[in-house]
Amino acid sequence: MEQPFAIETRGLSKHFGDVRANDELSLIIPKGTVHGIVGENGAGKSTLLKMLFGFYRPDGGEVLVDGVSVQFQNPMDAMGKGIGMVHQHFMLVEPFTILENIILGAEGSSDLKAAKAKARAELRELEEKFGFDLPFDEPVERLSVGVRQRAEILKALYRGAETLILDEPTAVLTPQETEQLFGLVRQLKAQGKTVLFVTHKLNEIMAITDDVTVMRAGKVVAVRKTNETSAGELAELMVGAKVARAKSREETGEHKVRLSLDSVSANGDRGHAALKSVSLEVRDGEVLGIAGVAGNGQTELLEVITGLRSVSEGTLRYDGNVIANAAMMTDPITLRRMGMAHVAEDRLKTGVVDSMSARENAILGYQREADFSARGLLKLKDIAARAAAYFESQDVRPRNPNLPIASFSGGNQQKLVIAREIARDPQLMIIGQPTRGVDIGAVTKIHDQITELRNKGKAILVVSADLDELLAISDRIAVMCEGEVVGTLKVEDADEQTLGLMMAGEKRKVG
Amino acid sequence: MAGANKKLPLWAEAGLLPALNLLAAFIVSGLVIWGLGEDPFVALSLMIDGAFGFQEAIGYTFYYATNFVFTGLAVSVAYHAGLFNIGGEGQAMIGGLGLTLAVFLVGGDAPLLAILLGIVGAAVFGGAWAFIPAWLQAKRGSHIVITTIMFNFIASALLAYLLVGPLQRPGGQMPESADFPEGVGLSHAHDLFAAIGFSFEESPLNVSALIALACAFAVWFMLNRTRFGYELRVVGKNHSAARFAGIPVARMMIIAMMISGALAGMMGLNEILGEQLRLIGNFTLGYGFVGIAVAFMGRNHPVGIILASILFGALYQGGAELAFEMPNITRDLIVMIQGLVILFAGAMEHLFRDPIEHLFMRLRRKEAV
Repeated sequence: MEQPFAIETRGLSKHFGDVRANDELSLIIPKGTVHGIVGENGAGKSTLLKMLFGFYRPDGGEVLVDGVSVQFQNPMDAMGKGIGMVHQHFMLVEPFTILENIILGAEGSSDLKAAKAKARAELRELEEKFGFDLPFDEPVERLSVGVRQRAEILKALYRGAETLILDEPTAVLTPQETEQLFGLVRQLKAQGKTVLFVTHKLNEIMAITDDVTVMRAGKVVAVRKTNETSAGELAELMVGAKVARAKSREETGEHKVRLSLDSVSANGDRGHAALKSVSLEVRDGEVLGIAGVAGNGQTELLEVITGLRSVSEGTLRYDGNVIANAAMMTDPITLRRMGMAHVAEDRLKTGVVDSMSARENAILGYQREADFSARGLLKLKDIAARAAAYFESQDVRPRNPNLPIASFSGGNQQKLVIAREIARDPQLMIIGQPTRGVDIGAVTKIHDQITELRNKGKAILVVSADLDELLAISDRIAVMCEGEVVGTLKVEDADEQTLGLMMAGEKRKVG
Repeated sequence: MAGANKKLPLWAEAGLLPALNLLAAFIVSGLVIWGLGEDPFVALSLMIDGAFGFQEAIGYTFYYATNFVFTGLAVSVAYHAGLFNIGGEGQAMIGGLGLTLAVFLVGGDAPLLAILLGIVGAAVFGGAWAFIPAWLQAKRGSHIVITTIMFNFIASALLAYLLVGPLQRPGGQMPESADFPEGVGLSHAHDLFAAIGFSFEESPLNVSALIALACAFAVWFMLNRTRFGYELRVVGKNHSAARFAGIPVARMMIIAMMISGALAGMMGLNEILGEQLRLIGNFTLGYGFVGIAVAFMGRNHPVGIILASILFGALYQGGAELAFEMPNITRDLIVMIQGLVILFAGAMEHLFRDPIEHLFMRLRRKEAV
């Protein structure tokens, strides 16, 4: 190839303590291509990106931009060399308008009015060239996630980005928004820009990229032309072993209603109506999946079921007995004793106490049970034995329950949490984001476990942002939008397209 | 891999770092002393000798340390529940008041009962004084740092009013109560030693030092061995996880603060029931605030708090001796040295932490290679 590469790294390394987050990475990204980077959580993708964008300085090796070796001291240097980044969590000031956000830090003049007028003209040109249509004068807080993301991309282009790094860009998007994003990426490529597309979703890699680099344990394990590989091959390369298919669902016979919600409404933290007259049923021996774009009432739904939020209207019943209505609610400890287990949606914020040891976390929520305390005193030996048993049964690594839970990987944390929650043989499992932040190896295991519990006749409700996950493990999928259940489908009738439309609010009769 | 998260071994965390902080404070103090024309090394040896060199000095050092154990434990219990109790000073004052009222209520006819009820009174009043800010924090969200500071002033004003009013010694001019009845007071160390045939020079050290040690053990036991302590620590680290685990967060916060206030209130055992044998205005002398530094320096662990208390006790006692021996060094300079220790041990804790952590990481990596 005669022209230099947009980005090239040679032997790039970064250590954190004893951990080799990036180990001698060499990769080449030709100009004008869409290059995918895939890897499990913890494979070292984020570290690589942070070095490319000047957040971290490499411990060894070098980065070349347009064939010239560069040393970034900070993100400003990287932007100066034409590298732009759209972070997974957007870097936008919510009360500011799009225009204000775009010129923030690049005003070029202390006269804000003139700076805005100048920026507006330049942005119009960019918009035309790349096919954006953004409401420049709307405050960001009023805009949807997809629009915010396009604003971030435009911001990077405005600052002269030739190479755009998109870090897990689809994690928060509906399928329709994802399609729009793909359109934009194609447009960018057509105009000669280079795009680095970082994700762990293989179907997106297959759909949008030209080349793909697979990372595992801090190393580049493979580089493929996208049209010469398959999702299956990439998955194998990512985990280093064949991915086992989820266990098959068996007929479970008996179908008793375990949990029912009858026209339940509840307010959110800001006092708004977060749940609007939600009616659902979860039966024994089935997995009910709850789909929806994050923030459409799923969190509040989990909370009202598990005794963490009061309801303003309607009734919740467990096995026919009222557990919550406008006048009362049942506390989490009583619910656990009735047979309900809860795998919290936000593990680090709610499901564990991150600075406490794995051993102490192994009893969280069950600390008052006779197994773990008597007459006010903790049974330390029994607790240690139980934690060790959880580590053994779930193969949690490293095998040391005395380490703080925060020092375990997301997958190992989740394995411990699941062990804790299934230990008392609950009849109803309420699971939020079962595999968020969990590596692929553990994902399969967790899915298998959920299916196994279902086959044993347990009732399970799963909230997940990952449609593939819901399609893989659910019997029925209910879709939420703006606090309402817009419809419930049998999994046989559900596909990403239909669910995506429902997530955007399109009503669908119960299937 | 996970080991990399735990940055420092225990001996460095609990021994090396505090030692370095202390050293830095002493170096700066030494420079000031040198600037005043005195020899810092002589000053240091005078101070050490003044704190530990003879029986009376040791007695005084541990006497002061007793105050700090109570107030340091108070700060740490609140801290474990995620609350910053700056009101130890006021809770100690009100605890002293409770103690005094209980003693006068029982009177001199039953001295043992008066002592026991006095101890209970100190704890109950201290805890009750902490209840109000705790309730305001837990139920109304009023920031506990602000409210406990304000309650220090209220306590101080209340005590001042009572001691020049209803509680003032009949016919007296000073802001102090009448003396406790004969026989109502905690035994001194020198008397106890004498009773078992040892001689020990006279000092204010008294039985409350043992009570303080018992409290330290009780706090350790509560935090690490009881379900209540477990729940309290969960609340302190993560409210959301506490709710998930069915722990009543607001109630736990209130109870933790009341235990904290009770511990601070018990400081009066040492000062009032051990030494003064009457309630005097501002008997707390800032010990409640020093408890914050003690708790931080002791890493909020009861053993650390006992060690830090002895250090501060030595600074108080040795400092007083030093001011006596060296004319250029005044009482104020001693306060400055104490201030420097608090500054380096508490406020500027990261001055040495980060470099030491880096050093350890580098050493480990070398070992790995």
